[in-house]
Order: sequence, then structure tokens, then C-alpha cells
Amino acid sequence: MQSLSVRWISRAAAVLVAFLLLAPLLARAQLSIEITGAGANRIPIAIVPFPGEAALPPGITSIVRADLERSGLFRGLEVPPLIPQPTEASNVDYAEWRSRLADALVLGSVATRPDGRYEVRFRLFDVVKQTPLGGVAYTLAKDQVRATAHRIADYIYEKLTGEKGVFSTRIAYVVKRGNRYELQIADADGADEETALASLEPIISPAWSPDGKRLAYVSFENKKPVVYVHSLLDGKRHVVANFKGSNSAPAWSPDGTKLAVSLSRDGGSQIYLINPDGSGVRRLTYTSAIDTEPFFSPDGKYIYFTSDRGGSPQIYRMPASGGDAQRITFDGSYNVSPRVSPDGKSLAYISRNSEGKFQVALLDLTTGQVQILTDSDRDESPSFAPNGRMILYATVINGRGVLSAVSSDGRVRQRLTVNAGDVREPAWGPFIQ
Amino acid sequence: MRAIMIAALLAVLAACASAPTQEQAPAGVEDRSPGQPGAQTQGIGGSQVTGVDLTGQKGGAAASRSALTDPSNILSKRSIYYDFDQYDIKDEYRPLIEAHAAYLRDHPDAKVLIQGNTDERGSREYNVALGQRRADGVKKLLLLLGAKEDQVEAVSLGEEKPKAQGTTEEAYAQNRRCDILYKGEY
Repeated sequence: MQSLSVRWISRAAAVLVAFLLLAPLLARAQLSIEITGAGANRIPIAIVPFPGEAALPPGITSIVRADLERSGLFRGLEVPPLIPQPTEASNVDYAEWRSRLADALVLGSVATRPDGRYEVRFRLFDVVKQTPLGGVAYTLAKDQVRATAHRIADYIYEKLTGEKGVFSTRIAYVVKRGNRYELQIADADGADEETALASLEPIISPAWSPDGKRLAYVSFENKKPVVYVHSLLDGKRHVVANFKGSNSAPAWSPDGTKLAVSLSRDGGSQIYLINPDGSGVRRLTYTSAIDTEPFFSPDGKYIYFTSDRGGSPQIYRMPASGGDAQRITFDGSYNVSPRVSPDGKSLAYISRNSEGKFQVALLDLTTGQVQILTDSDRDESPSFAPNGRMILYATVINGRGVLSAVSSDGRVRQRLTVNAGDVREPAWGPFIQ
Repeated sequence: MRAIMIAALLAVLAACASAPTQEQAPAGVEDRSPGQPGAQTQGIGGSQVTGVDLTGQKGGAAASRSALTDPSNILSKRSIYYDFDQYDIKDEYRPLIEAHAAYLRDHPDAKVLIQGNTDERGSREYNVALGQRRADGVKKLLLLLGAKEDQVEAVSLGEEKPKAQGTTEEAYAQNRRCDILYKGEY
């Protein structure tokens, strides 16, 4: 165990050094991910390079391994060159892989098809139980290498952990460079980023529609906050809420038919429901306090939100159709930005402690127990991965905005940075359907 | 009830107004700049605004300068500053708001945008709401003092458009602010 953790640290250090060396050379704003913590019991997995994958740079197995290791739940084993190179069709010598300390084994191959496309086949084996766990064959074009690798990683992750993987999902975030704001979408590993919107005025609060096809967000391009819905496929967008005053904090209902927003059109920031096309505005809260940051429970029955009706900003919950609100947070004088976990059992939010540090907190909604998950001091905008395993959030390191992720048990940590820019306002997208 | 409140408010304002005007301008208020971009455009339409000026100033030393941008006129003061997490208007800013209310009352065609701002600490969305609370407070007072609803819009920029960069208390104090912008200045 000692040697494993030493290796882990040196590996993380190597990644960091590589990043520092490369950072000035990278012209694009790609997110770089640094793993700063890992789970206690990582599954040792041997992923044998697929014969033929050299035709598909940067290679399938390297991406699969990086995905699995980034989750903090797996440890990729170094596999020496094997002759002959085994494929998914080979007979597996379980005893030999056991002696290499592998609990799981992945074998595969890449073949070129007559139509110029490629076929990737792989199988997964449980080395301890000496049993095959399944496999898949994918047909892909050369520009689908990463997507295919993420799917393989999702398959392996689900078979070995029992929960769905999120390697094929995407994240949205805002990069600020100089006076320019860019709303970007990237793979969950930070690769293949695309800019959905660039503006000289701030963009905040991106929120994914449940089908992953649209983003709601707040743009200040009209010198005040206005809520838009943006279709990612065709880049078209429309105004959802541009009433007198401020229009902000969009959140989708789980069925995608409604947005909850905070509007000040009737005086004071209050919570309203509105259809994604901007019709059917309906007021939900009637207070003289601040009511903002609505967030639906996954069953759609409740809306969690931030309110200072009790004298300090705290998190409350009300029926999704409005009505009596119940206070949810009690510790501390500043608890904001509620996000319910996908299973509905816990609530991530930002809590300011007695030293003035803003940190990611996790409240168990059944027991009422609160756990502070981070040790940073400027955390904002938490966002659950769709499987609930990780929480992505924005923080500030050395004066610069970065994205970080922490597992909901607090053990696994990642940091995502963009060269020459501040990153903020992350939102983790839904499972790809 | 409302009449009593207004009467009480006017009494307070009258008391404040008797204080020397420079007292309501602590360091930091005077180097305001939101007036400047607007000042450029106003230079073009200067003669128009000067006409308006004479009424508002009762024959003061307006010359070609607009009352709204003349540094010696309280109307050129456009910013109200706040304590951390607070949105109540300090007494020192009441004469400023009273002057703008009077101007709006006397100029029914004039329109203002109140932009509320916060420092960068805490949630961006909560800060949008907090900035809105600050701007709504200024709007409410302007309306109480005679401005009309359709002359005033209160919006929030939250923590998104800091005037001062940095993470010092000094910078934060500069950013906890409402600005009053006249049509043409935003």
C-alpha cells in the first residue's frame, strides 16, 4: 500500500510537471485535469493495448485508462509488451493476470472495415472470479475515437462498480479571458471544448436541459441580467425572461417543460415558473425577502432555493407549485446555491464558515448530517455529476478561477484549469441518451 | 400611515440637507466614473441639457455644463455605497437621492437606470439578488420622493462588473455600490 501511494504521488507530480511545462505552449483553452486525491480502495485493472489502435490516435486504451483513473476508483496497471498480443478473442490465463495483481482485465482489438471506418471490439474479465463480464463491438469514424473510448470506460465502470459511468457526459462552464466571456462545452475530461457563446458582457448560471440539448443561462449583454435558452445543435437561442428589473437563476424542471427563475419584475427577487419559450409566467413566492437560486428535486415535487427571509441567506424547500416553505439549513449565517443529488437523498450547497471561507457542503437530507467536502475558501456553483458520484464546483487557486471536483464522500479530488483564463460557473450535463 | 412615513422621511432629509454637502462624499465617492462615458455623449447634446439645467439650478453657475455632470452639482454624484451584505441606505446618501428625485420630478421625460452591485464574495446568483435589493431600495426612495414608476428601472449587475479589482476590503467597499445612470449614459 505504501509503495502504491508513493507511486500515486509521483504519478500526480509527473502530471503536474507535464502540465506546467506544456501550459505556455497550449494555444487553445483546453481544460487540464490534475488528480489531487483518490479513493481508498482502487480496483487494479489491466487494460492491454488493443492491437491495431495505432491507426486511431491518440489511442483507445490510453483514454479508457485515463477516464477510469480520473474517477479515483481504479488503478491502471502497467502492462509489459505481450507476445503474441492478446485480443478479445484470446483465451484468458486468469492465473497469470492474478499474479500481475489485476482484479479486472480488458482485452480488445481494432480492425479497419472495407468502408474505411473502424471496428473496435473489447471484452472485460473479472480476474478474481475468473469469469467474463461482457463486451461490445463499436463501428466508428476516425473522429469518434474519444467518444468510443468514453463509452468503453462507461461500460467497464458500470460493470465493476454497479453505477453508471459519466465519461461520455459533457460539462458547460464560462471562461473569462481579458474582457471576453465564453460559454464553453467540453467532454467530462475537459477535451474537445467548443464555444457556444462569446460575449463582452458576463455570462452566468448555465443550466442543462434534462435532454442535454439546450442550455439556459443568464447573459448581461443588455446591461442587465436576461435569461436565454440556447439550442446546442444549431446554436440558435431565444430570450426566455427579459422583464423590467433582473432576470436570473434558471433551473429546469426534471421533465424539461418548465424553468424556475428569479425575477424582480414585481419588486424584489422572487421565484417564478416560466415555460422555456418565455410564456406562462407564474409567481411562486410572495415575500419581501430575497428568494433566488431555485433548484428542482429530481422527482419534480419540490423546489429548493436560497432566501434571506430569516435574516441571513439560508436554503429552503417548497412544493414545486408554490406554498409553504420549510427551512433546510441551520448551521452558519450564509448557506446558498442548493443542488439536490440525482438520487434526491442529499443536498450540495455553499456554506460560509466562521472564518469567512466559502466551501462545498453536503447535507444528508435523511439524517440532517452536514459534511464539508473541501478545504478551499472561495467555492461557488456546485454541480452534481449525473451519477451523483462527483460534485463539480468553481473555486479560486492563486488568484485564478479554476474548476474542481470532489467525490461526494470527499475522498477523490480533481482540478481543471484553463491556460490564460479564469474558469467559473460549471454545470455538469445529463447522461447521453 | 403612508403620509406619516413620507412626512417623517422628508423631515429626516431636511435635517440631512442642512449638513454641508461635501460631508456626503467620502473618499472613493468622488472618483466616480460612470458619469464619464455619459459625459462624452452629453457634450454633443450639451445645449439641450443646458436648457433643462436652468430650471433645475435656479440660475446657478451652470454655464454650458449639464447639471447632471457638473462636478459642483450634487446631481453629478451618482453612487451609493453599502456595508458588507447590507442594503440599507446610509443617511449620508439621502441628500444625493433627494436631489435626483427632485430632478426626476421636475423633468418628467428623464429616465434613470439604477444598477446595483456587490463585492465578489459568495454566490453569483445571490449577489445578483443582493444587488437588486440595493437598487430596489434606491428606486423605492426615489418614488417616495416624487419620481414616477416609469422613470426608474432598478437592475442588478451582481458581482459581475466590479469597478475595483482585487480582493482587499478597499476594493470590495468600492464594489458594494449602486449607480444612478440617466438615459443616454447606459
